[in-house]
Amino acid sequence: MTETKTALELIDIHKSFGSLEVLKGVSLSAGDGEVISILGSSGSGKSTLLRCINLLERPSQGKIRVSGEELEMKADKNGDLRAVNARQLERMRSRIGFVFQNFNLWPHKSIVENIIEAPTQVLGLPKDKAYARAEALLDRVGLLEKRDAYPANLSGGQQQRIAIARALAMEPQVLLFDEPTSALDPELVNEVLAVMRSLAEEGRTMLIVTHEMRFAREVSSQVVFLHQGQIEESGPPEDVFDRPKSQRVRDFMASHA
Amino acid sequence: MDLLGFGDLLLSGTWVTIKLALTSLLFGLLFGLLGAAAKLSPIKPLRMLATLYTTLIRGIPELLLVLTIYFGGSMVLMAIAEQFGYTEYIEISAFAAGVAALSIAFGAYATEVFRAAIQAIPKGQWESAQALGMTPLKTFFRIILPQVWRLALPGLGNLFQVLLKDTALVSVVGLNDLMRQAYVATGSTKQPFTFYMAAALIYLGLTVLSTLTTTWLERTADPAARGGAA
Repeated sequence: MTETKTALELIDIHKSFGSLEVLKGVSLSAGDGEVISILGSSGSGKSTLLRCINLLERPSQGKIRVSGEELEMKADKNGDLRAVNARQLERMRSRIGFVFQNFNLWPHKSIVENIIEAPTQVLGLPKDKAYARAEALLDRVGLLEKRDAYPANLSGGQQQRIAIARALAMEPQVLLFDEPTSALDPELVNEVLAVMRSLAEEGRTMLIVTHEMRFAREVSSQVVFLHQGQIEESGPPEDVFDRPKSQRVRDFMASHA
Repeated sequence: MDLLGFGDLLLSGTWVTIKLALTSLLFGLLFGLLGAAAKLSPIKPLRMLATLYTTLIRGIPELLLVLTIYFGGSMVLMAIAEQFGYTEYIEISAFAAGVAALSIAFGAYATEVFRAAIQAIPKGQWESAQALGMTPLKTFFRIILPQVWRLALPGLGNLFQVLLKDTALVSVVGLNDLMRQAYVATGSTKQPFTFYMAAALIYLGLTVLSTLTTTWLERTADPAARGGAA
């Protein structure tokens, strides 16, 4: 058996909002090039788990490792973990691409400015290189002609493709997708899924929180089903979709068929 | 309107009024931004300081502030100078006292305008920048502040119009602004209607000009209206 390098490792992640425990100890490991889909009904904690990975949400407990490097964290007075070293957090965030449900493009910057912002400001990439990289990515997501447009002039599907390009411009080691198609009109979903599928095919490491069952089944190497903050079942898509062991997963699959 | 040779005097007063208003605006915006940053800061003493500032300043008449700074300020300066053996009378310039009073007042109101505008920026705007590894400071200056500006403009334009007319208060400490020159001209010609009317028209003209400027700024600050459409 060949050993694949671990791109992302989550160990025993807990998260409480006040007295409400949303995550009750979730561990997950993604090898290089793996695509993991995280499924579960709303309130199962799947978005919170994803947001804990780059500390958009502060976990209450647990460990996070990216390519073997562990994020140093210590508890603050509210009992949540915070990064000990802001530099390390920023460096690790720059290696983790995050795609939001609501795109979160910056409305005062043009499309190409949205894409070159972090490469120039965080990585220190020279402008001409950043532009070249941005244009290649725009071409890849099929929106090169929107280079100088503003986010407000784009459809939701186009905005999400730009948001993906913006994340890719950092050449991240892991891509996290937080319900990337949930805010889109149904006819715009496919153009975003097509981009994500091509990323999966070229061997990107991806964690995807999604409700697109068919898509999850096609692209995932592993499917994780969350229920009330814990992993109810996980495994290859054939197993979780076709032969789920848990009654809950069976019910969920039946209602989302 | 026959200004009986006092036209130049009114014009020079207008120029002083404009200088006073714009200088106070500049410092007032700075105070407002600092005040808003302090009010939204995670550091409690800073928040308390900012609340004290806005409560105090918004709670007293601006005229009182002008008088306090003009007369109180020179007393404070003299007391300090005495420590260094200087016992002569020190007078603060009416212009400096006016800028201080008006910008402190403007800043207190602008603090609330900026605070509301910063809070109106969706959380996702911060998150998407931080998720890419940007520092909080860079996120604030490069991503948040340019958007705050657009939201704050209407409120700030409003405050500037109030400021423009509050400059007249500084005439009580002897600044030769438009208000005072109109008063002087009235005193020597005994024609109050003519000169107060002329001053009123000039104030009105300045206000219209500032409205037009605000509208133009609002338009250029909106990327979608700037012709960014592909």
